[in-house]
Amino acid sequence: MNTKVNIAGVELKNPVTVASGTFGSGMEYSEFVDLNLLGAVTTKGVANIPWAGNPAPRIAETHGGMMNAIGLQNPGIDTFCERDIPFLKTKDTKIIVNVCGKSTEDYIEVVEKLADCPVDLLEINVSCPNVKEGGIAFGQDPKALYNITQAIKARAKQPVIMKLSPNVTDITVMAKAAEAAGADAISLINTLTGMKIDIKKRCFAVANKTAGVSGPAIKPIAVRMVYQASHAVKIPVIGMGGIMCADDAIEFIMAGATAVAVGTANFHNPYVTAEIIKGIEAYMQENNVEDINSLIGCVD
Amino acid sequence: MSKVKIRAEVVSCKEIAEEIFDLVIKAEEIAKEAVCGQFVSLYTRDSATLLPRPISLCGIDKEKGTLRLVYRVVGKGTKEFSGLSEGYYIDVLGPLGNGFELNSERPVIMGGGIGIPPMLRLTKEFSEKGIKKEDISVILGYRDEAFLADEFSEYATVYLTSDSGKIGLKGNVLDAVKEYKISGDMIYACGPTPMLRAIKNYAEENNVKAQISLEERMACGIGACLACVCDSKDIDDHSKVKNKRICKDGPVFYAEEVEI
Ligand SMILES: Cc1cc2nc3c(=O)[nH]c(=O)nc-3n(C[C@H](O)[C@H](O)[C@H](O)COP(=O)(O)OP(=O)(O)OC[C@H]3O[C@@H](n4cnc5c(N)ncnc54)[C@H](O)[C@@H]3O)c2cc1C
Ligand SMILES: Cc1cc2nc3c(=O)[nH]c(=O)nc-3n(C[C@H](O)[C@H](O)[C@H](O)COP(=O)(O)O)c2cc1C
Ligand code: FES
Repeated sequence: MNTKVNIAGVELKNPVTVASGTFGSGMEYSEFVDLNLLGAVTTKGVANIPWAGNPAPRIAETHGGMMNAIGLQNPGIDTFCERDIPFLKTKDTKIIVNVCGKSTEDYIEVVEKLADCPVDLLEINVSCPNVKEGGIAFGQDPKALYNITQAIKARAKQPVIMKLSPNVTDITVMAKAAEAAGADAISLINTLTGMKIDIKKRCFAVANKTAGVSGPAIKPIAVRMVYQASHAVKIPVIGMGGIMCADDAIEFIMAGATAVAVGTANFHNPYVTAEIIKGIEAYMQENNVEDINSLIGCVD
Repeated sequence: MSKVKIRAEVVSCKEIAEEIFDLVIKAEEIAKEAVCGQFVSLYTRDSATLLPRPISLCGIDKEKGTLRLVYRVVGKGTKEFSGLSEGYYIDVLGPLGNGFELNSERPVIMGGGIGIPPMLRLTKEFSEKGIKKEDISVILGYRDEAFLADEFSEYATVYLTSDSGKIGLKGNVLDAVKEYKISGDMIYACGPTPMLRAIKNYAEENNVKAQISLEERMACGIGACLACVCDSKDIDDHSKVKNKRICKDGPVFYAEEVEI
């Protein structure tokens, strides 16, 4: 039985990674799951300098999910390279570093610092506001997405995954823009922008007012977008959004994802990633699936 | 110290005051590691309710392998937990957080409202360390109905206050400090943020150290997601910015470390 998949020349032992921001750099969760089991660890977004993030409350529970406005708090790339990468290098898993920034220069600075680091893939979070260009997210304008992808590809040593924002009218336009600019892969979906009001206190439930919705409540939207995006481009797709169990992961793979990322589910069950990997193997066994790759995009 | 998520059997669950429940669960793996001031995350049965409910340890029985949790019904999760009874099961993650440092000979222990439960275990541990009843001061602030107060009296000199004046002194815990001239070498406190803010100011003005237990909404409960931060006075060594994770670096902080 083969569970190996290939993302832009990087072989993952199985298609399961974690969604950026839900798993730190793996240290805390390594008390619950053997990180060696994972196809890859995707780290929390890291910027060129430390970011303090948003005021609390940063999260709220929603029906079948949650919303967050952490504000991409991170210790900055220098600490990350000194502390987090050496930790992950002790594990037999691939390392996907998620990168955020407020300007093209910010992203470039991080990508250049990572050039000589032993990481396998870069994942670029373009759901950040482009401060210099009026604050609209890089990932909400195809031209801006094209430009940033191209600028990063020109400097990056590792293959580049562009992580798309679902807060757009037509995801295929964005997927194609990333591919045309040279992206090696795309991942989706990031969180959907939402809002919750506390009617007892008459205030916003999250201090930032708007926050990104994640968890099983968004899964059908994510599956649809993964299907559409994977049919619009030839580069591999990493699918995520509400994966809670192996069946959900397989659904994304059948929709067209080469690999999947588990996010919010970790908060509900810290052992979930290992359980999903086992569950996928069990499904393959029960259904006589020799190679996981035969499931990718198998519904058409 | 290792954390686990387990399905724990309910030993008992009873209402001890209006909307305040006293839950005992069998959780050997957690009880054997747990220290006072730590908390656990409880999970509901409703699959549409994913996030944990953090609840402090009110009691830890290492021999029986049980944990005692006292909570107020305020929403969906705590409402569900109020319906538990002997023989039911509940999913629980722990032990979480750092816990109190018992570096005091004359502790002044302050609990406000639903911040009272963790102070019971703390008080008991000071007593077990051999600190005499007259050297442990406990000040409990209630809305208008007392709970757990008699249990504290076994180990400490207890002062009661309430907003309404129905129980003890009318006023708050700091009013009791003034009224009864209570002093010690370390303050320990848990309760609503305005109370903790006042205690932080009091501690600074009176040059006494205070360990305060903070609250924030949580997702992971183990330090990975950065949901539960509070502002810190200095740049934190882990985050490299001026904030700390309540679930991992706390919930107990020295008052001077944090901005509340
Ligand atoms: C470290 C810590 C220890 C605590 N110890 C106790 C205790 O011993 N006894 C007790 O009664 N309560 C305690 N609390 C508060 C308790 O966690 C909340 O009352 C509880 O989560 C409410 O859940 P709910 O589903 O009933 O309310 P809902 O309002 O339906 O909850 C919705 C979401 O908000 C979160 N939330 C709501 N209020 C709080 C709050 N005050 N703090 C953190 N998250 C909140 C819930 O966990 C849930 O994710 C503690 C909180 C923290 C952070
Ligand atoms: C608390 C939290 C923090 C997140 N932080 C990041 C981040 O730093 N960078 C990023 O690209 N996505 C971030 N995300 C989005 C997730 O990686 C993922 O795209 C999204 O949550 C959908 O997956 P899920 O439903 O499985 O959680 C975060 C999500 C959550 C819930
Ligand atoms: S709840 Fe995730 S870091 Fe504290």
